Amino acid sequence: MERKQNLFARAMTYPLLIVIGVSMVFPLVWMLSTSFQKPGADVMDLRSLLHGALEWRNYQRIWSGTNFARAVYNSALVTVCVTVAQLFTSSLAAYAFARLRFRGRNAIFMGYLSTMMVPDVVTMIPVFILLRAMGWIDTYWALILPAAFSAYGTFMLRQFFLSIPRELEEAAVIDGCTSWGIYWNVVLPLAKPAIAALGILVFMGSWRSFMWPLIVCQSQNMVTAPVALSQFQELHGVQWTLLMAGSVIMLIPMLAVFVLGQRFFVSGIQLGAVKG
Amino acid sequence: MRHHHRLTPLLYLLPNLTGFAIFVLIPVAAAMALSFFRWDLFHPPKFVGLQNFSDLLGWRHDAEGALVFNDASFWKYLYNTLYLMLAIPITMFCSLVLAVLLNQKIPGRMFFRAVFYLPSICAGVGLLLLWKFLYNNDFGLINHLLAWVGITGPDWLNSYNWSKPALMIIMIWGGMGGTGMILYLAGLQGIPPELYEAAEMDGANVLHQFRHITIPMLAPTTFFIFITAVIGGFQGGFDMAYILTNGGPDGATTTISYYIYNHAFEYFNMGYAAALSLVLFALVLFVTILSWRFGRGATE
Repeated sequence: MERKQNLFARAMTYPLLIVIGVSMVFPLVWMLSTSFQKPGADVMDLRSLLHGALEWRNYQRIWSGTNFARAVYNSALVTVCVTVAQLFTSSLAAYAFARLRFRGRNAIFMGYLSTMMVPDVVTMIPVFILLRAMGWIDTYWALILPAAFSAYGTFMLRQFFLSIPRELEEAAVIDGCTSWGIYWNVVLPLAKPAIAALGILVFMGSWRSFMWPLIVCQSQNMVTAPVALSQFQELHGVQWTLLMAGSVIMLIPMLAVFVLGQRFFVSGIQLGAVKG
Repeated sequence: MRHHHRLTPLLYLLPNLTGFAIFVLIPVAAAMALSFFRWDLFHPPKFVGLQNFSDLLGWRHDAEGALVFNDASFWKYLYNTLYLMLAIPITMFCSLVLAVLLNQKIPGRMFFRAVFYLPSICAGVGLLLLWKFLYNNDFGLINHLLAWVGITGPDWLNSYNWSKPALMIIMIWGGMGGTGMILYLAGLQGIPPELYEAAEMDGANVLHQFRHITIPMLAPTTFFIFITAVIGGFQGGFDMAYILTNGGPDGATTTISYYIYNHAFEYFNMGYAAALSLVLFALVLFVTILSWRFGRGATE
């Protein structure tokens, strides 16, 4: 009796997995197929695609006929800067919180943690006013600086640093290493999985971030790729084939990072979820 | 290591702490100060005391004695925000089901896990534009498919009643295979198999085991996912509504964060927007404190 029930549950597993899997993938396939269709073609008519008549010109047109290439360059530059800066500032602070002894360490750390509750929109308004006063609206500074520091990254790396056995560092101390030497030569190399996991999260978050870039960068030369795509309809009218081609281009780096960093991904999510 | 210089820790903290002070701490204080002013960025700010808050949260009685909110839009958008958050429990249930399915030792589970995670990786403006296309009344796939089975689909994004469910579908589709599913999978792997073996000996069927072992053992995970999602939910909805509906039709999909954006960066009511953002902050804080209170009882 029991075996039968389990058998039934098992038999239901694959059909369910496949149905849900198809519903996940199909919209993405639709995006891809639309991006290869002739403008104005009947979107439901996939025969031309089946015959291999792919319309690469959509990609050419959005890449060289609009500001999209420049926007992708802006996004890439900002994303790389933000990721490097956040990894650097977070790992330094995390090292201090995990390993160095100083007065008020726990109080400052709790202060850090509590700011994770502050909604982004609270700081957005004063930071906008500050950047405007500095004359930095519509510059890379406005996109990079506010995103270069994070309490989350500090918290996540501190958790990981705490799990590294102290004996390794003690050996380095005996060898006469300074605290910087320990951080750079011992702790960072050991923390590679956590650094990679955080790097992936920051990279993806920065690449897809929309609200802040929309607020601070509006000119055609300074927009990031998501903002450029969102403005596309107002500037060029609704052209779904071009829009989908642009969307596909935007997905490529995220998919690449996911494939390359897959083994760090799951551990990163779990590390971030560990409480206190 | 014990005898580093007294100022050494400061050097490590300095880069982060400076950025933190400039872009988080001082702005929070500035937002509080700003909420007492009326300021459009172009004229000098004018101190108005608590006026912004009473304009925002207060009410009065009209000539017939009926209750009128000073800012009816705010309450409407708060309602919209809460309505959209109904997607959270649905998403969580789907995540749990997916995690249970994938927790079996079956061939291809890694493949399916990657497939379910795909929408989370692709999340962003590109995916939102795709959904805008799918929902389109003339060219959209969804109404074409519905027409095949004889249903005349609504004009999803331009309908007052259907726009919110349309956005919720995107949230559920995009979220069910994401972080929640990964955390549930980790939680499931932490349940000792002996519990299930013992239950099986006692003749408990699969549903009983699910109800009396799986769900209670996953309570801490469920709690964590739920609280994180609720806190995110209060602050969310901007990207989606901006891209798909512009907050419409007639404000049906405008959330609190969208309303703050409009006041700050469309109408340049900086003081009012700051007051709004602080009210949102208070809501988030309230939920967090509640979750600490009840969380201890629920998970320990």
